[in-house]
Amino acid sequence: MALNTIWVVVDRSGDKVASVALELLTKARQVAGTVEAITWGDASSIAGQVGAHGATALHTVGDTGGGLAGPPVAAAIAAKISSGTAPDAIFLAQSYNGRDIAGRLSARIDRPVLTNVVNLAEADGGLVSEHAIFGGTEILNARFTADLPGIYVIRAKSFGAEESGGGPAAVDTWEVPELGATGAARVVASHVEETAGPKLAEAAVVVSGGRGLGDAGSYKLIEDLAKLLKGAPGASRAIVDAGWVPYSHQVGQTGKTVKPTVYIACGISGATQHMVGMKSAKNIIAINKDQEAPIFNIADLGVVGDVKKVLPQLIEALQKRG
Amino acid sequence: MNVVVCVKQIPDPAGTMKLDQSSHNLVREGKLILDESDSYGVEMGLQLAEQAGGGEVTLVSMAPNSETSGLRTALAMGAARAILVSDPGLAGTDALGTAKVLAAAIKRAEPDLILTATESTDGYTGTIPAQIAELLGMPSVTFSKKVTISGDNVTVERQTEEGYEEVEVPLPAVLSVTAGVVEPRYPSFKGIMAAKGKPVDELKVTDLGIDGSAVGASGARQEVTAVTPAEARKAGEIVTDDGDGFQQIISYLERIKVI
Ligand SMILES: Cc1cc2nc3c(=O)[nH]c(=O)nc-3n(C[C@H](O)[C@H](O)[C@H](O)COP(=O)(O)OP(=O)(O)OC[C@H]3O[C@@H](n4cnc5c(N)ncnc54)[C@H](O)[C@@H]3O)c2cc1C
Ligand SMILES: Nc1ncnc2c1ncn2[C@@H]1O[C@H](COP(=O)(O)O)[C@@H](O)[C@H]1O
Repeated sequence: MALNTIWVVVDRSGDKVASVALELLTKARQVAGTVEAITWGDASSIAGQVGAHGATALHTVGDTGGGLAGPPVAAAIAAKISSGTAPDAIFLAQSYNGRDIAGRLSARIDRPVLTNVVNLAEADGGLVSEHAIFGGTEILNARFTADLPGIYVIRAKSFGAEESGGGPAAVDTWEVPELGATGAARVVASHVEETAGPKLAEAAVVVSGGRGLGDAGSYKLIEDLAKLLKGAPGASRAIVDAGWVPYSHQVGQTGKTVKPTVYIACGISGATQHMVGMKSAKNIIAINKDQEAPIFNIADLGVVGDVKKVLPQLIEALQKRG
Repeated sequence: MNVVVCVKQIPDPAGTMKLDQSSHNLVREGKLILDESDSYGVEMGLQLAEQAGGGEVTLVSMAPNSETSGLRTALAMGAARAILVSDPGLAGTDALGTAKVLAAAIKRAEPDLILTATESTDGYTGTIPAQIAELLGMPSVTFSKKVTISGDNVTVERQTEEGYEEVEVPLPAVLSVTAGVVEPRYPSFKGIMAAKGKPVDELKVTDLGIDGSAVGASGARQEVTAVTPAEARKAGEIVTDDGDGFQQIISYLERIKVI
């Protein structure tokens, strides 16, 4: 075992543990002797799941009182480290909360961060990280030369989540130092935009639309096809920015990472930032009228054609099959 | 209402990006342009200052050379002035080092509000906004979609995995702005002419009281151990739709047992 202890920040939404957190716990126990988890809010409701994925302890900073997770979690971790209990590494998800916590923590303990990590390997008693650069065409490996702990911000779906057979993690509360102004932001309301059907990040079939659809109304073709295939509708950033669909549909670097059995890209060019979010799909089908579109370089089946012709025909044929 | 907008100047992403063989830093020769991601922050900053009925937008940027072409674009949009920290010693600076430099430069402008993008196009660590906020001892809201100021408070619609949340935060604060949430204005001819005369305050790292060892490649305290080509996905079958394209898709879905 290369490392003694890894702390994994467990991202969550209410009582639901983010799947990426379970992936990080699984990887952590492969490379370290002891894995401990850190979260916010109520810990007892998730101690079983976190323990089953390899963490022996689950530390919570407690109720954030409507505050964002970043400041209290970062401050509590930093306080533990300065009191002398430092792990070898800290894993966080490349998510909204993960990035906030990592940023604040790095400034507090004056340690660098490695971000957009897609794999980790042991080498010379430490960790070497892997990063997909230039749209995943090249792999960059990096490591810290600083004192421990190393802070790693890891992309979702980089590892599989597997249970270890461990019992519930032992829960305790970590004290949060006085946050002053840094903790002043308050969440006053939450809005959920997700549509019916399987969740985008977990769906076995994802049908995504891009600017090639031509107009917002044509996105219905994407929704209809997704529904027929029991999949989830996704989108490129271009049409999210254009206001055709909400952000929760975005696939890519700043959106969701998907790894479905099949990804169907309709009228999407295949920009590097889109591809990093979907290129690990098992099968990729692309429909684009430009045969030079980069998406065809990674498609298993590419159809050079007009989405406005192909999609209605495809939908009709599937409906007929019932 | 004085706003600082952090703007990064980057090599044109439409060109080919490459890494320097020995330093593994991104090659940044030639003209640098305003990172499109930051144009949203500039626009939002201008709108918020206008709505507040006064105040100015100051740009803060860090670059290894004294490049200003990206800054001129943002000045032409309407920003009043810029602070550029440029120093050869900055080459290879990591996110935390960058945040230290930006935070020190921001302090000089004494802003009420600091805007950044959620992530830069070429670096995309996405940690810098929170790092800046922590270094300045301020609250922050990342992934802001909509920002409304009322007095000393800001209400932000913050993007989340499932939708968005409404967050209230007192000023001064750091907000990172999501791309596409406002329509960045095109600089007018008058704006472009005016930009030529606007002040760009150029500083060195030592002017900010930052120790040179905190920045640059040594300050980054990390190293690239290898860069290798990724295993390419096998190119598949490309067919041209002659009216039976949908049929090809159906056969493929049958073969992989999705239908
Ligand atoms: C920091 C940063 C982060 C980013 N993050 C993301 C991200 O998370 N996700 C993301 O998707 N993008 C992201 N982007 C944006 C990305 O660079 C591209 O701009 C975007 O993916 C393009 O979307 P698109 O393919 O829909 O549009 P375009 O690039 O405009 O492509 C449209 C395609 O449709 C085709 N087409 C047109 N008409 C038809 C028709 N009738 N039938 C068939 N095909 C047609 C065209 O040939 C073209 O290939 C990011 C960019 C930056 C700088
Ligand atoms: N060198 C820089 N100069 C000015 N602003 C920067 C610089 N680097 C990063 N930023 C700001 O911080 C944001 C996040 O950057 P990053 O953490 O690199 O993704 C960017 O979008 C910019 O708004």
